[in-house]
Amino acid sequence: MTIQVRRIVFLLAGAFLAALLVWGMGGLPHFGAYRGPYGDVLNAVSVPERHITDVVTAVNFDFRGFDTLGEEFIFFAAVLGVALILRAQPGEGPGHVEDYATGRAVPPTSDAVRVLGLGLTPPTVLFAIYVVAHGHLTPGGGFQGGVILATGVLLIYLAGEFDDLHGLYTEVTLERAEAIGAGAYAAIGTLGLLTGATFMANVLPLGKIGHVFSAGTVPLINLAVGLEIAAGLVLLLTTFLRQTLVLRPTASPGPLTKALGG
Amino acid sequence: MNFLPYLVAIWLFVVGLYGVVTSRNLFHQIISLSVVQASTYVLLLAIGYRTGGTAPVFAGIPVGRLAVDPVVQALSLTDVVVGATVTALLLAIAVQVHKRTGSLDPEDLRRRLGERDE
Repeated sequence: MTIQVRRIVFLLAGAFLAALLVWGMGGLPHFGAYRGPYGDVLNAVSVPERHITDVVTAVNFDFRGFDTLGEEFIFFAAVLGVALILRAQPGEGPGHVEDYATGRAVPPTSDAVRVLGLGLTPPTVLFAIYVVAHGHLTPGGGFQGGVILATGVLLIYLAGEFDDLHGLYTEVTLERAEAIGAGAYAAIGTLGLLTGATFMANVLPLGKIGHVFSAGTVPLINLAVGLEIAAGLVLLLTTFLRQTLVLRPTASPGPLTKALGG
Repeated sequence: MNFLPYLVAIWLFVVGLYGVVTSRNLFHQIISLSVVQASTYVLLLAIGYRTGGTAPVFAGIPVGRLAVDPVVQALSLTDVVVGATVTALLLAIAVQVHKRTGSLDPEDLRRRLGERDE
């Protein structure tokens, strides 16, 4: 099928799909006319019953904490998958970092970028810790804070060289941190079982509303998720960067590369 | 105007699909898939919105104040995480495809893989 034929086929099918969606969504409540009831119930009970002022976090890590455990393991599995797909293949090894297109050496990072990158890193890390620690009070939490923390590490790469990152961590450290984060979530869930309640029940003391140390297990889960997401994302970044900057084909292609005609 | 957010979601969905179907570059195709996914964020948040409702964060405002639905916002967060992981996995596969075949064009790819089979 040529691209032209495909485009025509899609325009017909796409128009039909769009019409179907318009018809289907026409049956939804109008925008702004939310009917409830679950959202209203949660908004009403989250603060008095769980001492959590950010209801989105309450939903994610308390009311449907079990689902978020699954979500966390989706992320875990995906990071593993990327690390597996982008591992050094037979016939690949560390090579010289060169600009492929022109054959010239990589230009050095400018001083302005270095200063800005290094200057931005501490506030970024601090902000990440703040977002993770206050996830149950204000918008934020483990997922968001973890991503911000990983950004801090990316800034160090932007301000320096890929090799600089190896002074910070090794991949084994990251893998362990990620596994500890994922495992800690499940372990916190079993606290409920130990006390005779259900799995993922919020059994720790709820504390005073609006305080950092409140809301029972939720800040601990946020911490675990923050660790896992940050470590996982940095592992992702490292894997992609190594693929681009370090791994080069060596002289003799491996058996797999040959078999695939690469 | 009450239907506009739903139209935006439909538009993003269909225009993203158009990108996926007609793309000549795997990276472009992956980003098109992200556009399709972005439509689900718009749809979820539109369903949970309530006119005059505030964010479902009761830090500094009294409980009982009219707020939007927190459930769809939590689902959007899940959506974002899943979207990021799908994109990461697809990008990794695209990198390997380029290494094996030297091409990122899906059409080209089929031809090259076909040649090998013959």
